[in-house]
Amino acid sequence: MEFSTKNRQLLSRIATNDRHGENSPYFDGWKAYDSNPFHLIHNPDGVIQMGLAENPLCFDLIEKWIRENPDASICTAEGLDKFKDIAIYQDYHGLREFREAVAKFMGRVGGNRVTFDPNRIVMSGGATGANETVIFCLADPGDAFLVPSPYYAGFARDLRWRTGVEIVPVHCKSSNNFRITRAALEEAYEKAERSNINIKGVIITNPSNPLGTVLDKETLRSLVSFVTDKNIHLVSDEIYAATVFSSPRFISVAEVMQDMDCNRDLIHIVYSLSKDMGFPGFRVGIVYSFNDDVTNCARKMSSFGLVSSQTQFLLASMLSDDEFVGNFLRESSKRLAKRHHVFTKGLEEVGISTIKSNAGLFFWMDMRPLLKEQTTKAETELWRVIINEVKLNVSPGSSFQCSEPGWFRVCFANMDDKTVEVALDRIREFVLQGKEENNHEADKSQARAQRWRKQNLRLSFSSSRLYDESLMSPHLISPHSPLVRART
Amino acid sequence: MAIEIEQPRVGLSKVAVSKTHGEDSPYFAGWKAYDENPYHETSNQSGVIQMGLAENQVSFDLLEKYLEEHSEASSWGKGAPGFRENALFQDYHGLKSFRQAMANFMEQIRGGRAKFDPDRIVLTAGATAANELLTFILADPGDALLIPTPYYPGFDRDLRWRTGVNIVPIHCDSSNNFQITPEAMEAAYQSAESMNLKVRGILITNPSNPLGATIQRSALEQILDFAVNKNIHLVSDEIYSGSTFSSSEFISIAEILETRGYKDAERVHIVYSLSKDLGLPGFRVGTIYSYNDQVVTTARRMSSFTLISSQTQHLLACMLSNKEFSENYIKTNRERLSKRYDMIIKGLKKAGIECLKGNAGLFCWMNLSPLLEKPTRESELALWKVILNEVKLNISPGSSCHCSEPGWFRVCFANMSEQTLEIALERIHKFMEQRKRN
Repeated sequence: MEFSTKNRQLLSRIATNDRHGENSPYFDGWKAYDSNPFHLIHNPDGVIQMGLAENPLCFDLIEKWIRENPDASICTAEGLDKFKDIAIYQDYHGLREFREAVAKFMGRVGGNRVTFDPNRIVMSGGATGANETVIFCLADPGDAFLVPSPYYAGFARDLRWRTGVEIVPVHCKSSNNFRITRAALEEAYEKAERSNINIKGVIITNPSNPLGTVLDKETLRSLVSFVTDKNIHLVSDEIYAATVFSSPRFISVAEVMQDMDCNRDLIHIVYSLSKDMGFPGFRVGIVYSFNDDVTNCARKMSSFGLVSSQTQFLLASMLSDDEFVGNFLRESSKRLAKRHHVFTKGLEEVGISTIKSNAGLFFWMDMRPLLKEQTTKAETELWRVIINEVKLNVSPGSSFQCSEPGWFRVCFANMDDKTVEVALDRIREFVLQGKEENNHEADKSQARAQRWRKQNLRLSFSSSRLYDESLMSPHLISPHSPLVRART
Repeated sequence: MAIEIEQPRVGLSKVAVSKTHGEDSPYFAGWKAYDENPYHETSNQSGVIQMGLAENQVSFDLLEKYLEEHSEASSWGKGAPGFRENALFQDYHGLKSFRQAMANFMEQIRGGRAKFDPDRIVLTAGATAANELLTFILADPGDALLIPTPYYPGFDRDLRWRTGVNIVPIHCDSSNNFQITPEAMEAAYQSAESMNLKVRGILITNPSNPLGATIQRSALEQILDFAVNKNIHLVSDEIYSGSTFSSSEFISIAEILETRGYKDAERVHIVYSLSKDLGLPGFRVGTIYSYNDQVVTTARRMSSFTLISSQTQHLLACMLSNKEFSENYIKTNRERLSKRYDMIIKGLKKAGIECLKGNAGLFCWMNLSPLLEKPTRESELALWKVILNEVKLNISPGSSCHCSEPGWFRVCFANMSEQTLEIALERIHKFMEQRKRN
């Protein structure tokens, strides 16, 4: 149905600004994937999706559990007698069994060093909804949060769009493995205050996206004491907590608080099952605050994003199965470790290094040696080459607000083993090709410049294909799931 | 003398400390009384009967029967191979099969008199989220939406709390059966202007909550004309569209648009949900249907904060795609609600109580103004307390719905068994008899 847009209806400022984040150039990578997706048999030359942080490695375990537990569904013969009660249940407290199961799961993921209180578990529409809800509770339009960079690209939308709150990045550097230092926090805080920006808190992601590293006890203690000193909030997004696959172990901010003098009213955790269990479609977001007022407020706000009671019921059953959970967590770690190892070893062999990481669904790859100059522009050019020539959709560090050009986030869990091999082969070929060309020229820098010019020429030819309007059907774009061809 | 040093209070947002969440209203106080002493057919026969909850429990057997006969909806295929794809699916467009099923269902409810394009359907976790989301898109903080009274108490929170948008009431009264008139709309608009509030839209609920009546065709035409003249949006919350007692009396704004050749359609947006018609409030299934491309695109992006569980989308896609099931459901549900409505109206009449003539919804709009000591809100609340504490019925006072005429009450009838409804009617009868004697 076409309607006249001559008499364009005026929409709100929120509706017409750019803070939904989708006009970012980084979606070009996904557009390239969408228009030419890799398939081992049907399209072996297509673009391999390495920009999507999904965790499908243990679905076989989950499917087995579902087959063996038909009463966890309210729609099967075994569970139908509960259908009516569950279908009616819209209490924003959430099913008690669900909250208990999630609290227990969060405790297990933290190595059982903390007990989480089911009465503090508040639901939200995924971690996306949880982060937004927390900001609505803590800050007014115009306030700001310090966020150590590099950070998850979606924060620009989730924390800012409808809340009107700002992000002040705290730039971390590779020289100390991107650690968050007290000095960096203090500096960012002072600078903001001098510019009359009202800092309401700090948001960390632990384990880190995109780094794949965990925060050590010292850093966590330093963060907790920093916010206590400044009387500002600390929001810890622990969505990747169970993706830790080797030591050091995951330490929740909840654990660190236990033996510290701090103001508990300042500490809030965001959690979700999207990454740890691989259930992004089920929209299970959790706000866990140590502040009663925030818990109560977030709970009221959860009316805008409750978890489907059908899903609550299924997960209450699944996550209460101690044996299943134990086995799942063990297997998941094992498989992630193996996948991570295959990749990092393969990259090492061709001289590409990555940040030493032990968590997450991705690694942080160092392509600085391949940049013609250490600038964002050069990084973007390299990125376009990787997408168009190497045909891998990876995420450039600038999309994570990384202050150092040349880093790329590469997701490794969202594909099968054979695709991993193809991806590694392509990277190896690309890197070795570059080295070969260098060896055949007397002047390495001249060779590089030539190579870049050549590629840039090819680039502008192929990028015109990228910008071909017919390929950019906007309805295919979704920032968090390029599974946009709704296959049903 | 001890010197008190004030501890630095941890700052929360203005939104967090405001009361706009609305939970201090008597609408919710009655629920507390119910929670503390809930009626039970066998174990607590003197408890409070919940008549303040607009839930539809009359047709669950139809849903259960469908599930018994269609195992594909309950699983993800034999051996659960479809589970993985479903669990990973977080695309904010939503499952195409589900959107198609919703579009078809909405068409069936309207007797095929309006067509719905699945690509204009945006999914949200409940109508609560849909209404808030639309408000974020159509209005800026400080702007106003015009809403006819009496209206659903939840709007105070859903439309105003986090958005910072104001509600300016369009006053309706019993002199013309609470119908919305051009004069009333104009008066509300002027009122907003005098308060320096920019009016961005008018939001109607059709069929109306709490009136339990559909909006007439002539009124819908006038409302749309008003929106066009003032160049504002029109949101039609049609959450009770499948809960009409006859198939022909409900007229959707979609039908009005169709007869106008979709002229001026880009200012119109419809909200729908399965919470009332299918009785599935727990599943959080809401939709926005907009004729405005930019609104569809923006709403879809914003729905990231409030998507419907893919597990639930899958179940309902199966169920609602089954034409035999959905047609039978719509028809049977209507018949049962109609029967319930007749039962309660008859029972109230016997007790000497009149109601607004209704033709839809899960409640009736009861007139107790003859019982008021004075025609004031205070008298109404005093009467409400008596009914809650002595008659032990939780009904909703009209003032909580912003009704400008005291003495009206919303009474729900679909969230209980027939036996319980009988008991409730007996209690009302007894109460009225007692008052006559005094």
